[in-house]
Amino acid sequence: MGNPEGLEVGDLVRVVKNNIVLEGVVMPATEFTSPDVVILKLGNGYNVGVSVKNAKVEVIKKSYAHIGGEALRARTSISGRGTLRLSMISTGGTIVSKVEYETGAVKPALTAQELIELAPELLNEVSELEVIELFRLLSEDLTPSHWSRIAEEVAKRIESGAGGVIVAHGTDTMSYTAAALAFALRNLPCPVMLVGAQRSSDRPSTDSVLNLRACPVIASRAPFGEVVVVMHGHTSDSYVLAHRGVKVRKMHSSRRDAFQSVNDIPLARVDFPKKTFKLLNRRYLPRSSLQNFTVRAKFSSKVALIKAYPGMDCGIIDYLVDKGYEGIVLEGTGLGHVRRECIDAVRRACEEGVIIVMTSQTLFGRVNMKVYTNGRKLILAGVIPGSDMLPEAAYAKLSWLLANVRDRDEVRALMTCNLVNEINEVHDAEIYPRWYHG
Amino acid sequence: MDEQIDYVRLGLKVGLEIHQQLDTKHKLFCDCPTELADSSTPVSEVERYLKVTKSEVGEVDPAALYEIKRGRKIIYQIPKGHACLVELDEEPPHELNREALKITIAIAKALHSRILDEIYVMRKIVVDGSNPTGFQRTAVVAIGGYIDDEDGRVGIQTICVEEDAARKIDEAAGYVKYNLDRLGIPLIEISTAPDIRTPEQAMRVALRIGLLMRLTGKVKRGIGTIRQDLNISISEGEKIEIKGVSKLELIPKVIRYEVQRQLKLMDIKRELRKRGVRADEITCNIKDITDILRSSNSKLVHRELRKGHRAYAIGLKKFKGILGVEVQPNRRFGTELSDYARAWGGVSGIIHSDELPKYGIIEDIVVSIYKYLKLDPERDAFVVVISDRERAERALSAVVERVRYALVGIPKETRGANPDGTTRYLRPQPGAARMYPETDVPPIRIDEGLLKEAELLKPKTPEELLKELVSRHGLNKEMATQLIKDPLLPMYLDLVRELGELIKPQLIATTLLIYLKGLKSEGLNIDSLTEDDIKKVLQAVGDGRIAKEAIPEVLSAYLRKNVENVEEAINMFTQISVEELRQLVRKIVEENKNAVSRKGTKAFGLIMGKVMSLVRGRIDGKIVANVVQEVLQEFHSEDS
Repeated sequence: MGNPEGLEVGDLVRVVKNNIVLEGVVMPATEFTSPDVVILKLGNGYNVGVSVKNAKVEVIKKSYAHIGGEALRARTSISGRGTLRLSMISTGGTIVSKVEYETGAVKPALTAQELIELAPELLNEVSELEVIELFRLLSEDLTPSHWSRIAEEVAKRIESGAGGVIVAHGTDTMSYTAAALAFALRNLPCPVMLVGAQRSSDRPSTDSVLNLRACPVIASRAPFGEVVVVMHGHTSDSYVLAHRGVKVRKMHSSRRDAFQSVNDIPLARVDFPKKTFKLLNRRYLPRSSLQNFTVRAKFSSKVALIKAYPGMDCGIIDYLVDKGYEGIVLEGTGLGHVRRECIDAVRRACEEGVIIVMTSQTLFGRVNMKVYTNGRKLILAGVIPGSDMLPEAAYAKLSWLLANVRDRDEVRALMTCNLVNEINEVHDAEIYPRWYHG
Repeated sequence: MDEQIDYVRLGLKVGLEIHQQLDTKHKLFCDCPTELADSSTPVSEVERYLKVTKSEVGEVDPAALYEIKRGRKIIYQIPKGHACLVELDEEPPHELNREALKITIAIAKALHSRILDEIYVMRKIVVDGSNPTGFQRTAVVAIGGYIDDEDGRVGIQTICVEEDAARKIDEAAGYVKYNLDRLGIPLIEISTAPDIRTPEQAMRVALRIGLLMRLTGKVKRGIGTIRQDLNISISEGEKIEIKGVSKLELIPKVIRYEVQRQLKLMDIKRELRKRGVRADEITCNIKDITDILRSSNSKLVHRELRKGHRAYAIGLKKFKGILGVEVQPNRRFGTELSDYARAWGGVSGIIHSDELPKYGIIEDIVVSIYKYLKLDPERDAFVVVISDRERAERALSAVVERVRYALVGIPKETRGANPDGTTRYLRPQPGAARMYPETDVPPIRIDEGLLKEAELLKPKTPEELLKELVSRHGLNKEMATQLIKDPLLPMYLDLVRELGELIKPQLIATTLLIYLKGLKSEGLNIDSLTEDDIKKVLQAVGDGRIAKEAIPEVLSAYLRKNVENVEEAINMFTQISVEELRQLVRKIVEENKNAVSRKGTKAFGLIMGKVMSLVRGRIDGKIVANVVQEVLQEFHSEDS
């Protein structure tokens, strides 16, 4: 991605080619820029790509425009006219991504001031708003060790008296982190709200504004002390939902309303433009007192999440066992199956002490391994049925249990035990989406 | 209009910006079709709000920007089959449509423009809601080039490909509504250098570029598919941007009217200086005059007051008569102020003293207003706005700003073209638009393959076309030369393409160049004829339903509104057979048998005249003469 001819990003240059003269500032190349092409920002604001082959290139001024990254800003804060102490921990992702129009560089930073620019009314609602930049990571790059860091940071804010904590997060793995935090942070005195954006905050159409505006409403009005995902409920900017962190999933690659509760209903909604709060789900963990708040922020990185598929190579399971994995969450077919050929590998793994939990790739519904032969055989082999847990929630739960509970039998027992409403024993007929049938 | 104006001496400089929809299979960044929805298309609606960042104003009218900042709701209609998640800003754009790129390259080549090596798509911020993303995607494809004109070569600055905006279908205080069908249709944008020196040259250049685009066979036709923007300046004036000239024929008029406006504004400036008006005398001292106006019988006033609005006025000392100065046909300086009030305050307009008494506001009330405002009716002027307080304040302060600028000269404005060629104020000219790279769309390398494919679409040069009109269409050189310069050339080419098998191109050219001009000289409005009307008439000739001589008669009957539609006009002139003619002649002879008997062989003229009045254009006159002769002989032989 280097520039040809020793040109550096930010240089003001003149390129003469076939009697055409182009003057502009050298922009950073993209992954798809051809090696012989330099991107120039012209005076009219347009970027154009010019091959420097057979061209006369002249640098008019070196380092004409400053284009470069900025250091992570640990903490910024701003005082408001309201009563709520709100903390935001920024981990990166689309919500904090901004393209600088001068340079085209992506700047994933977010300060308290910038947050206020996005949602100015926050100033009327908060007494103090602090923004802690923890990482600048795209969410697919997060690991269970990052979950630990986030959990610790959230705990610190809660212990220092925050009335609500927002975690700005990439949407791709937001539900994993939400589930992980739900297991790590217990007896919460306030909601912990994971917020993201499907359209980056530098766009006029960003969904982050509405999602962020819902946060102080939830922080001050919600009766629950749970980890929730706060995202659009509709493609219109009409309402935002607070989904239970262990029961939510990104169900669309790009829509604003991608996040949906599965096998459960959302905890609450905030309607716009009036910002009315409505509790939707009576089954929630109420806010606890600060004294009862606990944090156990460790996660095992020796847990795998794998999906069963026709013709699956059973050696995958053997490989994980050999690699020293402590737990495997299987995303089985239907009621919780893998092909018959793999049952032996599963049994060996269980005998080696690996904890194997079965979830379903249908996502909706509950596993039931007693209906078909292969299911029954898997139970006998030692597989734990994961009830109606989402594969991601089961993965975070197993990772958390293995890092915090020494006794393997207890881990096995807790896996089927409902800790933070990650298991819903009663499925109403309504909690299944009405698909569009033309 | 003063046709004696020497535009070259005035230092007229005009640049064109031409936007033309491309006729591609898919939209620019998704796979939706490029046809508009119709009234039967089912629609669903989505509501959004846009975030406006502090310094980004761009191409948005001030009142609209104000409303959006205050949280104006934007409603999008999604017509089924004409928009998908991409238009709705719910899915990232697909790769830039290669077909659109190819057409753009072909047109750029014909304009001798240099194609860039790699194309980068940008986001141009537009927050009026016409794009759910809040920006328009646009890319420079080529730079430089020229087009030759008899008054000199006109340079090309840039050629871009970009997405068309959504169609605004409704607007009220709290919301604006758009249909998403047009959003994303590819547009080519061609910007010329300000090398144009006369109003006529501007039209010729626009026509040439328009023709060149049409000759690719890959651009859309019909209303709203092409739009011209103009940049106009004169030496002592200011560079003014004029948006949305939809008809080519309007271009010279728009330019003449703009020059007229600038000259008049300079006159006003001189007059104000002569009167000794100072900027600090023009203040925004707003007075509530609701009680005075309430006593009038003005329906307009009472309609507004019933809404709970109030009347607010400002005085303009020493401005008597200035607001009534006509700056363009039927547009006074007061109309310009009204535009400002509308654009900034979102009010319906202003009432000013130079137009009163009017609207049921009688002289007595005018005198009372003068008195209340402590103004001299012989010397001063006032402006009234009826609205809510907040809008009225914004409207009147914009009026005051504009009036102050009259002392300086001509404000830099973006104006909108009206259908009559005059223009109205839209907004101040924006600074350089904020452009962000569109990071969701990869760049496209222009390689040999793409250039070769584009070469196939490259339009013919005018010289090549002239040759073809003579050699392949069989037109004579004179007619072909005339046609090449005529705005109806694209229509001619369409008609030849569609009817070429059926009728000779010569007849199509004659219809467009001779018959239509003839009808126009008779004072008929030939602009109301559509290409489809003409096609139907020519088709009828081709099908043998009417004689070719009947073409002007049919069109004339239609234009004179003697008939409901062109089909009926055709029926009036449908050919009759010799046998039908014979029956008709016999009937007429029978009806006039006394006269015929009396006149003997001299009855021919009488009968011929009567028959021709019924069948003119429906059968060859020679045949009529023969048949009349025969029937008369028949009659006389029986008679004797």
